Amino acid sequence: MKMIYLPAVAATLASIIGAPAAAEPIIWGFQAEQLEYRFMDGEDAFVWDFDALAGSDELRFVWRSEGEIGESSGDFEGLENQLRLQMPISTFFDSVVGIQASTPDGAPDRYNAVFGVKGLAPQWFEIDADLYVSDHPFFRFEAEYEALLTNRLILTPSIEMNMPLKDDAARNQAAGGPTFEIGARISYDLIDRAVSPYIGVNYERAFGGTSDMLRAAGEDKDAFSIVVGTRIMF
Amino acid sequence: MKPIPLLKTAVLAAALALSGGMTLAGTYNVSVDRIRIDAGEFKKTGIGYNGSQSPTVLRFKEGEQVTINVKNNLRESTSIHWHGLIVPFRQDGVPGISFNGIKPGTTFTYQFPIKQAGTYWFHSHTGFQEPDGAFGAIVIEPKGGETVRVQRDYVVQLTDKHPHNGSRVFRNLKMSADYYNRAQRTLEDLVRDSREDGFKQALQNRAMWGKMRMMPTDIEDVQGFAPLINGMGTQQNWTGIFKPSEKVRLRLINSSAMTYFDVRIPGLKMTVVQADGNDVKPVAVDELRISVAETYDVILQPREAKAYGIIAESMGRTAMVRGSLSPTQGYAGLVPRMRPQPLLTMADMGGMMDGMDMGGMDMGGMDHSAMTMSSQSSTMPEDMDHSKMDMSGDMEGMDHSKMDMSGDTKAVDHSKMDISGDTKAVDHSKMDMSGDTKAVDHSKMDMSGSAKAVDHSKMDMSRSMKGMDHSKMDMSGGMAGMNHSARDSKIGEFYAPGSGLIPSAANGGKFLSYNDLKAARPLYRDRPATRTIELRLTGNMERYIWSINGVKMDDAAPIRLKYGERVRFKFINETMMSHPMHLHGMWSILDTGKGKWDPIKHTVSIAPGTTVYTETEVDATGQWAFHCHLSYHAEAGMFRKVIVEGGPA
Ligand SMILES: [Cu+2]
Repeated sequence: MKMIYLPAVAATLASIIGAPAAAEPIIWGFQAEQLEYRFMDGEDAFVWDFDALAGSDELRFVWRSEGEIGESSGDFEGLENQLRLQMPISTFFDSVVGIQASTPDGAPDRYNAVFGVKGLAPQWFEIDADLYVSDHPFFRFEAEYEALLTNRLILTPSIEMNMPLKDDAARNQAAGGPTFEIGARISYDLIDRAVSPYIGVNYERAFGGTSDMLRAAGEDKDAFSIVVGTRIMF
Repeated sequence: MKPIPLLKTAVLAAALALSGGMTLAGTYNVSVDRIRIDAGEFKKTGIGYNGSQSPTVLRFKEGEQVTINVKNNLRESTSIHWHGLIVPFRQDGVPGISFNGIKPGTTFTYQFPIKQAGTYWFHSHTGFQEPDGAFGAIVIEPKGGETVRVQRDYVVQLTDKHPHNGSRVFRNLKMSADYYNRAQRTLEDLVRDSREDGFKQALQNRAMWGKMRMMPTDIEDVQGFAPLINGMGTQQNWTGIFKPSEKVRLRLINSSAMTYFDVRIPGLKMTVVQADGNDVKPVAVDELRISVAETYDVILQPREAKAYGIIAESMGRTAMVRGSLSPTQGYAGLVPRMRPQPLLTMADMGGMMDGMDMGGMDMGGMDHSAMTMSSQSSTMPEDMDHSKMDMSGDMEGMDHSKMDMSGDTKAVDHSKMDISGDTKAVDHSKMDMSGDTKAVDHSKMDMSGSAKAVDHSKMDMSRSMKGMDHSKMDMSGGMAGMNHSARDSKIGEFYAPGSGLIPSAANGGKFLSYNDLKAARPLYRDRPATRTIELRLTGNMERYIWSINGVKMDDAAPIRLKYGERVRFKFINETMMSHPMHLHGMWSILDTGKGKWDPIKHTVSIAPGTTVYTETEVDATGQWAFHCHLSYHAEAGMFRKVIVEGGPA
């Protein structure tokens, strides 16, 4: 099955890489929305969330990585890597297909196919909506808004929701029991838009069955943190 | 017997006379070098000709046969395009279209006859070498000598030197199209707008732009550059020397990658005598806007022995440079404060909104179609009947003072336009020309003599517009056929009515308009075009994709023209940005409605929300480039190959 698509992907790749000299240059870049230290009640943590991308207007390859390392334990509380292909489907939105590997310490690994959309909604909301498909499917919705206090001082509220679609007891996730993460970060564009240090707050909370499972496992259903970090784009 | 040698001599003499121009031949050497650039505010590495950041000036004579040896000292390929010169297409210097480029370490020899006179320039057509500094000036003396006698003659070449190199700028724009926009609307603006218009109105305006995901400040894609005159910033102060009462010719060239400049010399009138290398009927102005890649020659006559500033402000007012005209070196003209930043209005969105659902807007059934003015005279047309204007719907008692044409435009006040019902000859001086840029004032709409057709059909009235009062509007002068109905009026305006980009002179005086340009000598007989080619200028601001008819260069078929035909190009700007469109190899005759006196140009700026026509006599066979001259727009796809079929090889 998969083999059928490989020639198509290869052809697309060739058309991008083997483009004539006069063609548009290949675009590449790195964008970390979060690269931060979280001060929490329990263990402090180091957290990142970045995209590394390369491609053209028509097709972009994206390596998305999200992770959380406990400060004292050094364990990966969360570790997620995705390889995504992004293709425009409208003026402001891309479709996304990819694969995701979630491999934190102390929990079974999970692998998913990813289908989603990513883009800019009216009123400048940056939206990511992805369906993760496997034996343990879930839906994730992320939205972010950049409010310009000045042309360099930017307040970025964000919200992320993870909604398990099936129970995954080994990971304390119950179908229909969402986890929310809301944050607000104030950044300052120090060097162009390449380096923008920020401070902010972040709050995570589980609801429904997921919350019950966390309580049963002796873990907190919510966590509040003060964050210090920097956005990076180059 | 005798007549024969005489005849021989005559033939010989005639042959000599014919080839006379061509016996004039010059050889020029240009090296392309990696150089260190000092932009005043920063230093960087870039590319320069003959090892210098001050632009090389090539001086030719009309009729000369030139040989130009271009030595490439870079580690990459290069090219030189002779911007505006009519040359055989193999000499045009566009890699992939006219030749293969100049490999590193090699010398390429250009050879072509100079068939024209005037001010032009040259630049690399390879990658981002032009933004990185690879440009120079060309001055061609007419066969019979300059028609305007001056004592001083200076090239004033403008550029926008950016601390980032071109490929990085492009990559950043693709990553985030607003990467370089540091003039965005902020909370502070929202607070100020709320104070002026009320919080609800301010929010609504914000929401309107947000709905389109557009910004009223998207005038300059790439900010943060240092504007330079002849390679010098304000502190370095390029200076042209003069003695009082001498006539000075300035050859203004805009070699910027991305920046339109508004140029003025406070205290002096500039008489425009040439545009894009072609002489025009002299027109005295206080200020002019020079689009990317255009040239204007102006004549000045400073009477006082003092330093005058040559002020070039970027169109978006994010940067300014000052040079000087001075009796001696070391004196500098004043540096005025930069004027406030303009904001785009809904009029500049004209083209974009066609396909968009502007649900929040209530046009209230406005019909200007019956409003026609045919009189050429300077009196109000007797038959102008406003009663035919159907203003049903939400229009409650038309009063322009309440008209809000934009998200961020404050108070459009027409009520200050003075005219009473029976006024026959209206004096424009009664128009309020207040300097408040926040107040969009229709007095800045040039509705006087030269305005040929004002097209109100693209005017967009946001929901807040409760009423319009045209009775107070001054429509004087020789408005030849003001047409509120025809969307594709023959000539169109060069700014959308109500556009936020409409310039005005800093001293309230005359600002040059394309309508003022009139060819001094027609190059071509006026004849009807054989066909019209429609070129919609399109783009996706968010993805930083620029295109023509929705197709990028990479995916587009070439435009095919036939040798000997006269084509009419119809440019419809559907984007919110201005695009200076440049056709290689052939002239673009800009339709200003003057027939054979229409100005002849190589670069024509198309403002947002406007439709502009040019015509071209297809008199050059071969393959040519046709593109927006904003470097990053061209690279992103606003580019076409033109193939001229037939004709002499
Ligand atoms: Cu353009």
